[in-house]
Amino acid sequence: MILSVSALNLFYGDAQALDDVSLEVDAGDIVAVVGSNGAGKSSLIRTIAGIERPRSGRIVYKGVDIAGWPSHRVCNLGIGQVAEGRQIFAGLTVRENLEVGAYLERGRRDSAETMERVFSLFPILRERAEQSAGTLSGGEQQMLAIGRCLLGRPELIMFDEPSLGLAPAIVQEVFRIVERLNAEGTPIILVEQNVAVSLRMASRAYVLENGRIVLSGRGEELLRDDRVREAYLGL
Amino acid sequence: MDPWTLANAVVSGLLIGLVYGLSALGLSVIFGVIRIVNFAHGEIMVVGMFFALLMFRWLGLDPLLSVPLAAAAMFGFGYVLQLIVVSRVSHLPEHMQFLLLAAIAIMIVSALLLVFGPDAQGVHVGYAWDSVAFGELIVDYPKMFAAVAAIVVAALLLAFFKYTTTGKAIRACADNRMGAQVVGLNVGQLYALTFGIGAACLGAAGAIILLLFEVHPYLAPGYTLLAFVIVIVGGLGSLFGALVGGILIGVSEALAAVLFQPSMKSAFSFALLILVLLLRPQGLLGKAVR
Repeated sequence: MILSVSALNLFYGDAQALDDVSLEVDAGDIVAVVGSNGAGKSSLIRTIAGIERPRSGRIVYKGVDIAGWPSHRVCNLGIGQVAEGRQIFAGLTVRENLEVGAYLERGRRDSAETMERVFSLFPILRERAEQSAGTLSGGEQQMLAIGRCLLGRPELIMFDEPSLGLAPAIVQEVFRIVERLNAEGTPIILVEQNVAVSLRMASRAYVLENGRIVLSGRGEELLRDDRVREAYLGL
Repeated sequence: MDPWTLANAVVSGLLIGLVYGLSALGLSVIFGVIRIVNFAHGEIMVVGMFFALLMFRWLGLDPLLSVPLAAAAMFGFGYVLQLIVVSRVSHLPEHMQFLLLAAIAIMIVSALLLVFGPDAQGVHVGYAWDSVAFGELIVDYPKMFAAVAAIVVAALLLAFFKYTTTGKAIRACADNRMGAQVVGLNVGQLYALTFGIGAACLGAAGAIILLLFEVHPYLAPGYTLLAFVIVIVGGLGSLFGALVGGILIGVSEALAAVLFQPSMKSAFSFALLILVLLLRPQGLLGKAVR
């Protein structure tokens, strides 16, 4: 077990965003989290990342309970995130974006090597290295967001809506990258509006509704589940 | 009017303007990154002046040699101030932040009055009356050295933001705070560092300007106002704009003094401010509001 979340509760003021959420990630997993808008998917990721503070619950990563840790400590432990909306630094150059991704102690080690790896994974980023990141296309910005995350040398990557707002051809490319990173040994948590694709990729999946996990199982199982087919696949 | 008189005024205004620009940089850095308007700006700068005054009296140190010391001292002050005081109001509405920083400003002035009294005090360096002449153009050594020192400090600051990893991380925080959290930057600490760096600019500017003017605690609000005018003219949040704004204000003040009378200085600065607000509200080098 790499990551084990149990009985996680998160509130924004009086509103409960996560209600007793439990989730597990094993080595080699792609774990999909699906659900409608406002179901709490992003809140879950942001809480694991240490950006939101849970009211209660445990987030155990490699044997350490990190619930309530600040995000810089969580990142430095090896939990990386590709956030919703990409959140790149538009006014910085592509290279500077990547350098900032390697700012933490963990990423600083061998950052030159990691940078090379990212450039060979995304040649377009090398071409545009000195360009300001705001001038990139949506797809290129997503590549940059993934590359920036990789420079932190994560051992678990959480993707939040990586296909949002991208052209279909680019979406395919993004999913290929997610699978490739996973095949290279990085467990993945994937939050996606594209339910069919993410369930097909997932070894394990969770359905989130109003902050609660209402269904979980192997990806293919959920893909065949009538409730999922009706609510999320429109079948 | 004699063209040499005008030229002398312009050069003198330009040299002093560079020091003003350095001081305005301190305001711009803090606002650009933390989005807090430092209403204790002039006060921190005046503390820098008194610091250099003490160094001169106790150690016989030329104010220009005090620059790194004053910068370091004010850096520490700014770092701690942001970390344990200002960070607590960053989520509150702007008028609450204003109250806090205005209170800090009043406390600083009162403390300075207690310690140093209300009288103007200055330093006298050996080269105070020396100058170099280019034809009829006469440049005082103190002004020339002050301008060079301001350029050096400003260049160091710009280089820090452009070339160091920490500088890039601070720019990343300013660019996209959420993005900064996503990659695990310690935003609170980087903000403290930023306030420290902004205050260090003020410490440096204060030490430098002590070479040119005498210091007393009530100078502070004037410097705050001056820095606001400069950053609005230059463009809020633009570092280079702060320097350009400083030069413009310095020159316009000097011209006002020779063309009309010295008491017209502020009127000229504010006229320039109003012109900029009318014609280019984002400031000369500022970006249009997002």
